Amino acid sequence: MWVYVGRRLLLAIPTLLGASVIVFAMVHLAPGDPIAAVMPAESSAAEIEATKRAYGFDRPLPVQYLVWLGRVAQGDLGRSIATRRPVVLDVRDALANSLVLALSSSLLAFVVGIALGLLSAFRQGRVVDKLCAMLAVIGVSVPHYWAGIILIIIFSVQLNWLPAMGAADDPGLGPYLRHIALPTVALALIPLGVITRVVRSAALDILNQEFVMALRAKGLAARRVFVHVVKNAAPQILTVLGLQFGFQLGGSVLVESVFSWPGTGYLLNLAIFQRDIPVLQGVILVLATFFVLLNLAVDLLQTLIDPRIARH
Amino acid sequence: MASSLGLGAAVDAGMAAPVAGAPMSYWRTVGWRLRHDRTTLAAGAVLLLIVLSALLAPWLAPHDPSAGSIRLRLASPGTPGHWLGTDEQGRDMLSRLLWGGRMTLLAGLTPVVVAFVVGSALGIAAGFVGRTTNTLIMRTMDIFYAFPSVLLAIAISGALGPGLANTLISLSIVFIPRVVRVAESATVQVKGLEYIAAARVSGAGVAAIVRHHLLANVLGPILVFASTQVSLSIILAAGLSFLGLGVTPPEAEWGLMLNTLRQSIYVNAVVPALPGLAIFATSMAFNLLSDGLRDAMEVRG
Repeated sequence: MWVYVGRRLLLAIPTLLGASVIVFAMVHLAPGDPIAAVMPAESSAAEIEATKRAYGFDRPLPVQYLVWLGRVAQGDLGRSIATRRPVVLDVRDALANSLVLALSSSLLAFVVGIALGLLSAFRQGRVVDKLCAMLAVIGVSVPHYWAGIILIIIFSVQLNWLPAMGAADDPGLGPYLRHIALPTVALALIPLGVITRVVRSAALDILNQEFVMALRAKGLAARRVFVHVVKNAAPQILTVLGLQFGFQLGGSVLVESVFSWPGTGYLLNLAIFQRDIPVLQGVILVLATFFVLLNLAVDLLQTLIDPRIARH
Repeated sequence: MASSLGLGAAVDAGMAAPVAGAPMSYWRTVGWRLRHDRTTLAAGAVLLLIVLSALLAPWLAPHDPSAGSIRLRLASPGTPGHWLGTDEQGRDMLSRLLWGGRMTLLAGLTPVVVAFVVGSALGIAAGFVGRTTNTLIMRTMDIFYAFPSVLLAIAISGALGPGLANTLISLSIVFIPRVVRVAESATVQVKGLEYIAAARVSGAGVAAIVRHHLLANVLGPILVFASTQVSLSIILAAGLSFLGLGVTPPEAEWGLMLNTLRQSIYVNAVVPALPGLAIFATSMAFNLLSDGLRDAMEVRG
């Protein structure tokens, strides 16, 4: 098993390096000159050249990449072209906000999704099962940015219960919760649908196995059978939870932009429209690293729970 | 493919008959199952309606989708002459929704088709050839898995800039690695089955094996997987233009319409909801259809 763990850890390194190449390449995918775009219109060619040299844009690409990677490894993501602030600071603040949103929406999706999935599996073929299936399809089909707008229309415009956008200006938990409520629900819809489906099919797989029949035949209480099913379905459920949490963190761009939630998605959106390449790179690199490490953690945790996985 | 090899052509003639016979009954079963699945039929009917209305938009649309009117801005649905109301520039919503569907469907479907073709080719090559080819292709694909799909689409589109072509490129890059993984694992699985070994022992060439034995058993699962991705692709395509990264104004596109109408929710709450409803209905119809297809074809996953 430890061989597997070691190999899995080593495999993450080329993936991360590959991701860093893609992130680095993004600057050069961009049409136009990133420096010229942010310089004042009256600046001379010499001034533009000087700025380019200051940012290292005049050196050969592989050199630029290595220099950039070296800085990144030391936690230096460069400075924002637009605000001149260190990118690390902006990304750190935004990441904190995004993490809170990802956690709250994941929590909502996990709890409701697992409950609905299990309910569905144990009531297979009944009306409840069909309702849950419908709900799950709606969850994975709904454009979540539109759902966010609908929530704003209902709860902010019509009912005037909750604020439509931004994070709380006032301190305290109350205002904070009021601001995060709608984005949480909007962001939870997709994972809710996915988790309901996966939990249902994982639980059904176990329910159809012979040992469950044996447990029932020997007269085990339904509650105890339930525990056995959940325990055996756990590795599969855990995988989907981990993946979904990662998606929440990286996939919140649209919802954050609907609600002006000051997270990484909002920052990314801003960076794209200001053509602020260091910020764009910084956000994507940090999120990708997070995502890779999270997947790694899920894999390893899964092996701990079910050592059979390591054998193939 | 096989005709370039003398041996392959000879084996072709011998193998064609029995192999052609077997899948027929399978597809007949699939067709029978689909015809008796009411949810899938309903989803298919809705989808057909959406696709037809998008294709026939030039003839169905009652108004010019880009002709506005300052007097009639944000009219509610039911206004005479404008069944579904008008947008923030007084343009007819029904006409814009019909025209917008063309754009959204084009931007959502093309990447999945591209990913199906390119991804199948790469995945089957990786799975069938194995060794270094496999490692090279699969490790490259792993790199794209370092990014959550939404982030990857937005990042590439953000770097490339707005426009339909860039949306198609970024979404294709999102979906190719996914198809490659499914294609590779399906190929590896089928390649290990006994009848492939039997065909090889009987002297069948590589091309004949791939064409008659591998593709017939691998393309089904890949197709089902690709069909599950259409709904996500449509949501992402509309999402990119919602962010201002996709189709550019004044073109009608559902995500873009949602974006521009967003400012008007305090004036009219119904009209801004319509483009999103169209995205939702389309993506849901695709999801139900692909669920039905998966069940009918007995593909797991």
